[in-house]
Amino acid sequence: MKMKLASLALGATVAAAPAMADLVFPSLSYRTGPFAAGGIPFADGYADYFTLLNERDGGIGGEIAQVPECETAYNTEKGVECYEATKDSGALIYQPLSTGITYQLIPKVTADNIPMHTMGYGRTSAKNGKVFSHVFNYPANYWDGASAGVNHFLEQSGGSLDGKKITLLHFNGAYGREPIPTLEALAEKHGFEFNAIPIDYPGQEQKSQWLQIRRERPDYILFWGWGVMNQVAIQEAANIRFNMENFMGIWWSGSENDVKPAGMGADGYKSVQFHNVGSDFPVFDDIQKYVVDAGKAAGAGDQVGTVLYNRGVYAAFLAAEAAKQAQEANGTSAIDSGMMRDAMESLTITAETMEAAGLPNFGPEFSVSCMNHGGDGMAAIAQWDAEAQAWTLISEFAPSDASVIDPLINADSAAYASENNISEGCS
Amino acid sequence: MPEQLIFGMEVFLNGLMAGVLYALVALGFVLIYKASGIFNYAQGVMALFSALTLVGIMEGQVPFGHLVNAIFGTEIHGFGWHVPAFAAILLTMGVMILLAWCVQRFVFRDLVGQEPIILFMATIGLAYFLEGVGDLMWGSEIKKLDVGLPQGINAVIDETTFEWFGYGFFIDNLDIVATIIAALLVAALVVFAQYTKQGRAMRAVADDHQAALSVGISLSFVWVMVWSVAGFVALVAGIMWGTKSGVQFSLSLIALKALPVLMLGGFTSIPGAIVGGLIIGVGEKLFEFAVGPLVGGATENWFAYVLALVFLVFRPQGLFGEKIIERV
Repeated sequence: MKMKLASLALGATVAAAPAMADLVFPSLSYRTGPFAAGGIPFADGYADYFTLLNERDGGIGGEIAQVPECETAYNTEKGVECYEATKDSGALIYQPLSTGITYQLIPKVTADNIPMHTMGYGRTSAKNGKVFSHVFNYPANYWDGASAGVNHFLEQSGGSLDGKKITLLHFNGAYGREPIPTLEALAEKHGFEFNAIPIDYPGQEQKSQWLQIRRERPDYILFWGWGVMNQVAIQEAANIRFNMENFMGIWWSGSENDVKPAGMGADGYKSVQFHNVGSDFPVFDDIQKYVVDAGKAAGAGDQVGTVLYNRGVYAAFLAAEAAKQAQEANGTSAIDSGMMRDAMESLTITAETMEAAGLPNFGPEFSVSCMNHGGDGMAAIAQWDAEAQAWTLISEFAPSDASVIDPLINADSAAYASENNISEGCS
Repeated sequence: MPEQLIFGMEVFLNGLMAGVLYALVALGFVLIYKASGIFNYAQGVMALFSALTLVGIMEGQVPFGHLVNAIFGTEIHGFGWHVPAFAAILLTMGVMILLAWCVQRFVFRDLVGQEPIILFMATIGLAYFLEGVGDLMWGSEIKKLDVGLPQGINAVIDETTFEWFGYGFFIDNLDIVATIIAALLVAALVVFAQYTKQGRAMRAVADDHQAALSVGISLSFVWVMVWSVAGFVALVAGIMWGTKSGVQFSLSLIALKALPVLMLGGFTSIPGAIVGGLIIGVGEKLFEFAVGPLVGGATENWFAYVLALVFLVFRPQGLFGEKIIERV
């Protein structure tokens, strides 16, 4: 009996582990815990895109893509455990989907020569590849998001924010405080008054913050929230009758989850996005046909086309494109994480690349280099139509204000390099 | 009148309203602790579970639908009907009574007489179990809860205060409804405890298990009844908080708001839960208003606990709790 159990256990382990020639894209997902509603669609999108490549194209360059999932519950310690448990399986890239986990993994991935992609989160100054050799945050980071929001308000105000008041309502933690230096610099440049109002986790009770907003009457609000904080903030804004046209969330505060509970009150709410929204893209027809209808979807298949599912698809698309470019550059389909890192550092995403993948105009065109691991910081603005129950992009992807952001990135990355005895440079 | 004083009055009123919502959560803890000496860690999760069940019933969702589909490859998502809010609330209450029976039958019946810490650990297990079952039954996506409660600024208060002070106060209609419901709930609980046979049995068990048993009161029955009442209180709290934020996992975290209320009001007093809630609600809001801007804001979470701690130092049993006397 013991022998039988041992054989079964061994068999299960072998079946679970990827074959050595497979391309391994570990997914550090969170399907449980307070943020599960946001983690599930992303993880589904990430897994479904690779399943599509396997089912439709026979993998990437003939190699099957494996996406072993490890549950982090959005918990930093568990995230690090997941990394340690999966890194020796031939992992090509990590997307930890948490700023806390990202900070812990930066030295680890660098030592292990595995690239990490922190798309729209993590350490903003990782854009400087001369310091953060293994961390990439293309196509946009938080400071780009702040700049995109201010640029939109600038346009809304007829080209001048002089004398206007912009409030940042934010999660009281590293993630929420991230855009403050940028917004202070932008306030100086454009002459608007800036103040920040923090909300403690989890943010179910925000009466104080919204009474303060009602007293101070800001012209515009930028919002950096996550989880239940998002739904409550949008509901409270509707309660005090704040003009939703002037209320904008960062991409983590701009999904269907965030606006639906407020019903019609959320109509007109805006969010910054670094990828397109909706399901009107050829790739989703293929996902429906080869993945969902074939019963191979990671989830129930009911998230296809939602903002966070699209983000998962986009993250997988960028990883798959880097893997393809690594295969081409090295003349082999069996790439390793070092080759993957090099390919990410020379990655170019054009309109043709996206069109070929069934994702026309899904994200901005950009290219990566050692000097710039973050692209041009292109972002667009989306708006919620409560009647149609849909997000729509209301602007083109536009670059962030590099004149303000680049000096901040250089200063922050230089401080990190100095603290960690890193010599800046490109290999 | 000085502007800051007018703003302070608005903050004070909103603090009272927030306090009522905290007290609603704390009530559930008090009921169970009073009758059984168990600190029910699962009270917040019970609010989540009841709200999930309510939305699921209202929307005609098939329980465990995702699981059934995953195992059998079916495409079942809903019954295709919509249950009116009142009927759904009654059905949900039925589920909470069933849950109370299961908790008594399968968890606490065999733990009678165990140390309080063992019972507390059992409620931790119960909390995680309910979290998982709730997810499996109804899914983890955020659900809109609409049982017809009004939301948004109260126009009458806004206009009246504007006439008086030149500044209209913001009071949320939902908070006003919550206050009325909480008052009715407390009145009903007091009447139940004082004037009904079952209520007297509950009080007898709370006073002395052994003595209550010796006069023929069924401990099992009383515990099922108390867990059912706590389930009902959890449902009311779940409706109020779920209407504000949508029904989602984070609803279980409202228990964090109840802890300082319990520390302050006492674990054994229904009026204590109410007064404690009001003090915490007003205290944290006024502190945030007066001191928050000077220290970077977001003071409410820690201030509530500091305030409770101060009370604890001077009155360990809380404002209305039973005085702890140990004879040696």
